[in-house]
Amino acid sequence: MLVSSLKLHDLIEEIRGAKTQAQEREVIQKECAHIRAAFRDGDPMQRHRQLAKLLYVHMLGYPAHFGQMECLKLIASPRFIDKRVGYLGAMLLLDERHDAHLLITNSIKNDLSQGIQPVQGLALCTLSTMGSAEMCRDLATEVEKLLLQPGPYVRKKAILTAVHMVRKVPELSDIFLPPCVTLLHERHHGILLGTITLITELCQRSPAALRHFQKVVPKLVQILRTLVTAGYSTEHNISGVSDPFLQVQILRLLRILGRNHEESSETMNDLLAQVATNTDTRRNAGSAVLYETVLTIMDIRSAAGLRVLAVNILGRFLLKSDRNIRYVALTSLLRLVQSDHSAVQRHRPTVVECLRETDASLSRRALELSLALVNSSNVRVMTQELQAFLESCPSDLRADCASGILLAAERFAPTKRWHIDTILHVLTTAGAYVRDDAVANLTLLIGGAQELHAYSVHRLYHALAEDISQQPLVQVATWCIGEYGDFLLENCEETETLQKVEEEEVLALLEKVLQSHLSLPATRGYALTALMKLSTRLQGDINRIRQVVSIYGSCVDVELQQRAVEYNTLFQKYDHMRAAILEKIPLVEHGNHQAEAAAKESQAAAQLSEDKASVPTEPQTSKLLDLLDLLDDTPGDTQQPPTLNPCPVGGLVHLLDLPCAPPPPAPIPNLKVFEREGVRLNLSFTRPPGTPPLLLITVTTTNSSEDDVTHFVCQAAVPKNFQLQLQAPSGNTAPARSGLPITQLFRVLNPNKAPLRLKLRVTYNHFGQSVQEIFEVHNLPVETWQ
Amino acid sequence: MFRNFKIIYRRYAGLYFCICVDVSDNNLAYLEAIHNFVEVLNEYFHNVCELDLVFNFYKVYTVVDEMFLAGEIRETSQTKVLKQLLMLQSLE
Repeated sequence: MLVSSLKLHDLIEEIRGAKTQAQEREVIQKECAHIRAAFRDGDPMQRHRQLAKLLYVHMLGYPAHFGQMECLKLIASPRFIDKRVGYLGAMLLLDERHDAHLLITNSIKNDLSQGIQPVQGLALCTLSTMGSAEMCRDLATEVEKLLLQPGPYVRKKAILTAVHMVRKVPELSDIFLPPCVTLLHERHHGILLGTITLITELCQRSPAALRHFQKVVPKLVQILRTLVTAGYSTEHNISGVSDPFLQVQILRLLRILGRNHEESSETMNDLLAQVATNTDTRRNAGSAVLYETVLTIMDIRSAAGLRVLAVNILGRFLLKSDRNIRYVALTSLLRLVQSDHSAVQRHRPTVVECLRETDASLSRRALELSLALVNSSNVRVMTQELQAFLESCPSDLRADCASGILLAAERFAPTKRWHIDTILHVLTTAGAYVRDDAVANLTLLIGGAQELHAYSVHRLYHALAEDISQQPLVQVATWCIGEYGDFLLENCEETETLQKVEEEEVLALLEKVLQSHLSLPATRGYALTALMKLSTRLQGDINRIRQVVSIYGSCVDVELQQRAVEYNTLFQKYDHMRAAILEKIPLVEHGNHQAEAAAKESQAAAQLSEDKASVPTEPQTSKLLDLLDLLDDTPGDTQQPPTLNPCPVGGLVHLLDLPCAPPPPAPIPNLKVFEREGVRLNLSFTRPPGTPPLLLITVTTTNSSEDDVTHFVCQAAVPKNFQLQLQAPSGNTAPARSGLPITQLFRVLNPNKAPLRLKLRVTYNHFGQSVQEIFEVHNLPVETWQ
Repeated sequence: MFRNFKIIYRRYAGLYFCICVDVSDNNLAYLEAIHNFVEVLNEYFHNVCELDLVFNFYKVYTVVDEMFLAGEIRETSQTKVLKQLLMLQSLE
């Protein structure tokens, strides 16, 4: 019944000869069946062959767990070849997740104490590869005995096994601490290597060991020195450098020992300089040693001259042709740039060269490093280089590069005009990848630079005329054209090449933007508003504008429709107010990032900073409409027209305004206005110091009951001589048991300083019922309106 | 980068030898280690080729155990390693 089982060699050949997956699986399954049968009742002499075949099959990825018990049997057998395959099987098939591994412990113990070197070696190998914590604990003493044996073969293995044990069971480090110092005095490189690794491991685990080993720093220094200077041991020589591995390990240990420790660092200083200068860097081995030296210098408390030396070495690395070395140099320079900025600056040209690499990871590192190196003196040159890079770089780097350039420009811009030029250039080349707030930043910037209005609007117009597909550019350009369109009609003195533009061209361009299917809805909103503003700026016929606006009165997009309807009303009923409403936006304070970050903490800014300038002003106005329809009996009706129409433009101002003016903490006391079944409304008041008539009310709704509050809507009304604006609430659901509260901000303008009266209406669903409450707020603190 | 390790590899004709190390280790040194290992294999198998590695995989494991242990480099001298391997071979 038994077909003669294949020899290992033949099996491998057969498997490799299989032409399809299915065929391979067939062969393997047949063979596995054989192996299982052989394990059960086969010839003990041949068992190792079976296991070897099983291991091959396992390497290919097929299940082989039935071989685990076989491994144990083989390990226990006295023959060397059985043991060899058995231990190999143990290493490959068993690991901590299987319970069988504990059974090996006994076998390993026996083998370790037998004294036959190769066998001991095997056992140690296995132990160090897959030894679990329990095994390590049991066998620690055995290993320690072996550490001190005379034969180097076993000692080397024992030391590294100790390393593994220390990793698994940190408490064992106490056992291994004393022998280390004696081992350091050995001359055999393998033992030294192992010892140093063990010491490194011990030091990393416990600071007490660290202190203990700081005493041996002089010894280490001496070893390294002999290695470097004494020349030439053919055995350990690798392309001209004597035992680079040992050198690297010693350097690593020195690094760990010298960190934050003055004394050790001093002893090392000379040695490091010596290593750095003596090592031959033509081959990779030398570079490896040098790299480790540089890392060590960076980490310990070294002299300034030494650090400069380290940076210079890295600079030399950058010039080599081997890509690996350059990658390594760029990564380390990035780490160094924070602490040794001036030294790294010297290598700036080389770094910039690296930007032109074809390899993606190299160019990414070079980009990060270049961005970190920009400062006020080299900003013009660097931005030029970076812009050239932007045009040619792969798309995943573009976003980083663009935002990096913009950030650098913002921090170090020498003149405003240069700043505007740079941003413009970035927008035209990589507009689609720019971050969202770049638009807001640019509009702020242009608004702030009054003398450059004409120049910027000309540039933007011409950029727009060429290409209307890059959305951020289009948004900024339309905004500018809307604001400063009258400058377009005159010649611009700053650059003779930009001629004045005719009115029709301007209108035609804006209409094109409006109709193009490439434009986002936000962009269309910008364009429509710009058209409206132009109606006051341009002297010519405004009928064309009226026509366009009325067409959009029936547009599908709600935002556009609403704007168009409002603008229509502006033309028809309130024509006398049009000029006043559509005046230029007053100079807005330049909001920088810190102010934005601070403002984000206050709820108002937090709500609004998510919405961009094109946020639908609809919720605010629709709330007002609802309020006014339903609250006809309240003592004060809000004025509709002035609050309705300034919303499009006013909303823009407020949204740009808020990030720069965080409301300071108010000393006005909070007020609890409403409570019912666990749902509570609190009002808190803030009077920003810059605008006395303005009062910010924050309504916080908390829910401490057992059921969620859903569909929550809160509306307000104030007397006739006030102006009220409601912002969008943070949500309309308050989870039960004091979940996240709903907050909403009201803005009340009180130019006459009249006494404030406030009426609130809330509707929500709670406990399955729909609740509606209307009430007036009493006991308003006097500070709210004085 | 791979989880919290990095992979260092070297290509020899059609084969890639990969080593997985901690992020803080010296890349260039391990490149040298790979080369060292390949040279030992070359000596041991007398001008090694890919088929040698496939058919004698357990011997390859022995070489690995001689040179690397517990995740660290153990022996760097090629002559010593070869001596050990020959001795082990004689026991079989």
